[in-house]
Amino acid sequence: MGGLDNFLFSFFNLKVMATYLPQIAQGLGLTVLLALLIVVSGLALGLLLALLRSLAIRPLNWLIIFTVDLFRALPPLVIIVLLFFGLPAAGLSISGFAATWLSLTLVLAAFAEEIFWAGITAVPKGQWEAARSTGLGFAQTLGHVVLPQALRITIPPLTNRTIAITKGTALASVVGVSEILGAAQSAMSFSANPSPLTLGAIAYLILFIPVVALGRWIETRFAWKR
Amino acid sequence: MSSSPPAPRPIVDARGLWKRFGSLTVLKGVDLAVAERELVFIIGPSGSGKSTLLRCLNRLEEPSDGSIHIDGIELLNPRTDINAARRRIGMVFQSFNLYPHMTARQNVMLALRRVLGKSRAEAAELAGRALERVGLGERTDHYPAQLSGGQQQRVAIARAIALEPRVMLFDEPTSALDPELVGGVLAVMRELRESGMTMVVVSHEMAFARAAADRVVFMADGQKLEEGPPAQIFGDPQHERTRAFIRQIDRH
Repeated sequence: MGGLDNFLFSFFNLKVMATYLPQIAQGLGLTVLLALLIVVSGLALGLLLALLRSLAIRPLNWLIIFTVDLFRALPPLVIIVLLFFGLPAAGLSISGFAATWLSLTLVLAAFAEEIFWAGITAVPKGQWEAARSTGLGFAQTLGHVVLPQALRITIPPLTNRTIAITKGTALASVVGVSEILGAAQSAMSFSANPSPLTLGAIAYLILFIPVVALGRWIETRFAWKR
Repeated sequence: MSSSPPAPRPIVDARGLWKRFGSLTVLKGVDLAVAERELVFIIGPSGSGKSTLLRCLNRLEEPSDGSIHIDGIELLNPRTDINAARRRIGMVFQSFNLYPHMTARQNVMLALRRVLGKSRAEAAELAGRALERVGLGERTDHYPAQLSGGQQQRVAIARAIALEPRVMLFDEPTSALDPELVGGVLAVMRELRESGMTMVVVSHEMAFARAAADRVVFMADGQKLEEGPPAQIFGDPQHERTRAFIRQIDRH
């Protein structure tokens, strides 16, 4: 067997791929579910924290900033492992799926809070003043005037960060979740052939290329004539 | 000797206003009273505190000390509903501050709907009328970025007058405009004045002040140095600082 044949046998072994396709597809389903949960809860929590921060209650803001910095500094894998192996020691058992969901939600929320906050502060002070001068209250001004402008500028960094963190679902394989990478790794062990990894890579592309495209679509959707 | 009727309470009555930013004192006990239908011009060198004074009049700036009554409302009383008070006080800013994500009509509609609680249809109708009044009836569906500076400022005026305020505050409304666009904004202000609107204007448009103002107030270093009819302030200023300022302005 020549070098190319060897490579094809190892990474594009159609027979192995066909055998393990169902497992990888199942892994894809699990990854999609995990990713969706993380995106929804992470962005919602991030926005909530940014809105709380805009109230300018000093002790609360210190707490928010401390928490956000903590989860931005810790590697996601460390948080997952800590929750998965640490919580049972404290008498709380947690599944690998839940540990990954919770960890990546906290990480995404931390980054999203910073991005939303940057967006809110980037809206000129004059916008606040104009709205308040017409009698709109703080919450009305935030909701109708400031947030729409803030969200628009936050969409590109937010999409990037969301994709980067949801790709971290692959870390769940470390705590025994059969998402794409986990499924591919066990398939690789059973077949003694790394082709399932190729299949896994393809599954990630199938999942994330539409997400990237969606991000672009949202960017144009939120644009206004300037 | 005929006794004149007691003077009506001024619609704007600010007394002893102080404003400190840290160690910097911007207003040093300024009084300002404006009668109904009066147009008062505030002039003075930059840093004189004139913009701060204006911004205190709707509490965008919180005075450190003093009292303000607008249309009988005690503005600085903590129990005063500031949002309710502000709908009687229109404000126009130097940099227009239109909402860039909304069309001209939507800019005017927002407070009509959310503050006055008008229905969408009614707010759209009132917004259309306000925009027509400032000469922009044909531009209602344009976004701010599609309008010239002068048109944007006229939308900002429409946004304020649509709420039917009792007083309009203008903070250097033409300073950010190219010279050829100033006329359109001043024409709208003149029309407002003729309709009887009470106006307080911080501006360097001296020709407009001469023609339209009832009274000119000259400020310097956080104090009101001199006030009077435009003919007196521009023609025969009493204070040396006023004379120097007028000379400088006239040279332009």
